[in-house]
Amino acid sequence: MGVEMQRRDFGRLALGLALVPAFGRGAHAAGWGDVVAAAKGQTVWWHAWGGDPKINDFIAWVGGLAAERFGVTLEHVKLASTADAVAAVVAEQAAGKTSGGSVDLIWINGENFAAMKAGGLLHGPFALGLPHWRLVDVVGKPVVVTDATLPTEGFESPWAIAQMVFEYDSARLAVPPASMAELGDWIAQNPGRFTYPQPPDYLGVTFLKQVLTTTIDDPAKLQRPVDPASWAEDTASLWATLDAMHPNLWRKAEAFPANEPAMGQLLADGEVDIGFSFNPGRASAEIAAGNLPETIRTFMTAEGTIGNASFLAIPFNSSVKEGAQVIADIILSPEVQARAHDPAVLGFQTVLNLAALTDEDRARFTALDLGAATLTPDQMAPALAEPHASWSTGLAEEWQRRYGVAE
Amino acid sequence: MSLNLRRISLLRLVPGVTIAALALPVAAGLWGTISPAMQPGAFRAVFDWPGLWPAARLSLVTGMGSTFAALLITLLVLAGLRGTKVYSALIRLISPLLAVPHAAAALGLAFLIAPSGGIARALSPWATGWQVPPDALILNDPAGLALTFGLMAKEVPFLLLMSLAALPQTDASRRITLAQTLGYSGAMGFALVVLPALYRQLRLPVYAVLAYAMTTVDMAQILGPTRPPTLSVQITQWMTAPDLTQRPLAAAAALIQLGLVLGALAVWRGGEATVARGLAALAMAGHRAAWLDRLVTPLAALLAGGIVAALIAGLAGLSLWSFAGLWQFPGALPDSLTAQVWMQAAPGLAEATLTTAALALVTAGLAVALTLGCLEAEHRFALPASRTRLILWLPLLVPQIAFLPGLHGLSLASGAGGIWAVLAAHLTFALPYAFLSLAPAWRAYDQRIAPLAASLGAGPARVFWTLRLPMLSRAVLTAGAVAFAVSVGQYLPTLLLGGGRIETLTTEAVALSSGGNRRLIGAYALLQMVLPALAFMLAMGGPALAFRNRRGMAA
Repeated sequence: MGVEMQRRDFGRLALGLALVPAFGRGAHAAGWGDVVAAAKGQTVWWHAWGGDPKINDFIAWVGGLAAERFGVTLEHVKLASTADAVAAVVAEQAAGKTSGGSVDLIWINGENFAAMKAGGLLHGPFALGLPHWRLVDVVGKPVVVTDATLPTEGFESPWAIAQMVFEYDSARLAVPPASMAELGDWIAQNPGRFTYPQPPDYLGVTFLKQVLTTTIDDPAKLQRPVDPASWAEDTASLWATLDAMHPNLWRKAEAFPANEPAMGQLLADGEVDIGFSFNPGRASAEIAAGNLPETIRTFMTAEGTIGNASFLAIPFNSSVKEGAQVIADIILSPEVQARAHDPAVLGFQTVLNLAALTDEDRARFTALDLGAATLTPDQMAPALAEPHASWSTGLAEEWQRRYGVAE
Repeated sequence: MSLNLRRISLLRLVPGVTIAALALPVAAGLWGTISPAMQPGAFRAVFDWPGLWPAARLSLVTGMGSTFAALLITLLVLAGLRGTKVYSALIRLISPLLAVPHAAAALGLAFLIAPSGGIARALSPWATGWQVPPDALILNDPAGLALTFGLMAKEVPFLLLMSLAALPQTDASRRITLAQTLGYSGAMGFALVVLPALYRQLRLPVYAVLAYAMTTVDMAQILGPTRPPTLSVQITQWMTAPDLTQRPLAAAAALIQLGLVLGALAVWRGGEATVARGLAALAMAGHRAAWLDRLVTPLAALLAGGIVAALIAGLAGLSLWSFAGLWQFPGALPDSLTAQVWMQAAPGLAEATLTTAALALVTAGLAVALTLGCLEAEHRFALPASRTRLILWLPLLVPQIAFLPGLHGLSLASGAGGIWAVLAAHLTFALPYAFLSLAPAWRAYDQRIAPLAASLGAGPARVFWTLRLPMLSRAVLTAGAVAFAVSVGQYLPTLLLGGGRIETLTTEAVALSSGGNRRLIGAYALLQMVLPALAFMLAMGGPALAFRNRRGMAA
């Protein structure tokens, strides 16, 4: 029943998609008109991590726009972990609930997306049919169509780009390390002043990927699924780096912070001198909110840092898929993207191609004061591609095997 | 007559309904756990995990250690401080402290004891010379001492409350006075003549504390070690892993956790027998131990005072954070104060507060009604108490994370999701606590009163409504307040069974606490405390006010 229904949806949308390139904007505008009409009066339950009040406020603001302009009611379900929403859809599928699902829209990426896509839990493809899709920078920012090397194929729509950035207090540290190797030296000379979130936390695994990407002999290997035969050899440089690093980490690596906010708190409390986050605008936003001192600055190592996009996906059993698509499209509009880019709001990087915007829309971005702690586009190092999702799982498991249990 | 018959037969049904409310969700949920655990390789995978024994040992040591310490401190307070000013101050603080959600208490303590925390800030740099926090492993220590301390601090108020409900039935004052006239010290008298009667009524609450302490997830995540974490935290991680292949592993580990809890209960039971033999020998020896009070009273004041001070200081720190602007180490106070967090939190608050209060009120009402119905049926039809006792255990012994996903599947399959499923789950968890809190006082109620009333022509219903209920009103209201607080504190059931669409103060607070924002956590923790604190104040103060002219009931 569920499979059959999905197949029907898939067929209809595939047909719609096929028409898009052929007839250009006008053709799907008509189809989109139907979507907008159907969306009116719908209530969309968006499951998104609720740990950051700034993001929660932003989502509420988007909800205001949706209600005002499209008559769509947006309800934010604040999650402690995205896996909770994935688990809900899995349970609903297992119970045969193919419509009226509890999740209408989900903030997702990486392994959660891979798991849901493989399990047939997603509605789509829908993203390429959104009117604002033509503004998305699919060439300059390939991370918007590739989620941890898995092509999104329109099953999720990007809403923000994130890139790993290091944060430090310039009052305590004048010149930050310029490369990953220098960071290693700095840790050895300043014991107890650096740490990373404990894998399998998302940001912790990102740090492992950062070290691996910058030390592996051939980074192209990371774009393919893990090869069990060469796993030990491919990851040896990572474990050697960590083995050398751990005795000089915060608490001698006997304890680790739980996640990005916990590590941010350590930086705020002065327990570490260098932290990192997955949002180049976080430091400025936190300074503006009074959570970090004004002396905090950010840097990227010369090799570049891991970058990816955050996405929106629609579960297969949502009964308000039109309303969910309207929300996904609103979020791609220049107005909303520029607001998310404002460090006083979120400080996220935009998924749009600024060159494709009208002058008026482009000015929304260029007029923003990005804050003293945010790197300008020319100060940013290149975004390193996320390894294939199988590397994340493998790294998290191997880390736990090696370091997860104290000797 | 026919009306009366029908009422009796309805009452007869209550124990069955109660058992169903307790057992069905757990049984269904457990089935949802056992079946994946039986998949080939699930148990092997758990035993292959090198962290299993350290994690299991941690659960055992922190759970049993904190339960033992909490019980000991509770008994020391009862033995050494009754009748003192410190005691009455402690009693007044029980309700607000009990109302503090576990996660909030843990976060408060974490901030207090961290190297960059409240204590270090208060002493730096003038006494310590620290300009940056020392690199010391106090929080999340591998031995789980911080976790043990946190659990102990949070359970002392609960055990004290349970003791308060049970104490009047043990005739404590007269017994101790009698012992003292024979030359025994107050503490020795307490241990020999009150403790045996008291512990009989305290036993079930103690078991509940032990099972909770061994399986808690939120407190262990905040205060406990991480390499490895306690078994229940690890199960939660497996349960919520995105790739879904670790569910069987989590289910198998949950069954091991269940076995661990049962084993710990058996060991505890053995310990009880040993202590009982020791006390009997002590009584036979006839030591008066006149010096004992000089030791017990200050020790009890020190320990209880220390715990209360730590909890309050931690919460005060969190409250201060909710108004703090930039607050860097080693500043003892924030650089500036702002109401920004409260302004931001205010809009979402009113609705969540209403939902929370409504759910908790209905849950508490149903829990108390069912408990009263069971106890009254047990009394009138002379049903054996043991029948309900075993069932009561289920929701308290089986780790929530083990049977809730199974329950979720059931609610989806039956189409009974949403608010009713959430209410049913709240009832399942609140009912045992209401029962545990009320049953001892109810069963110990002076059995001579009912026959006396009957001899004056009162039927069983009249005895119930005009004598039992008013005379036990404090115990009944306390049970209601406990059920209310349990309902307010539910996170996983509300999230899972409500499909995320039912927002309570707790679901909001836990979602926010995953972001580690001390300012918002402080704001929500304060608000989360207010509702249950009101319920407890009502339970303690209501009867005292209503019966202020009845000696023996006002206290």
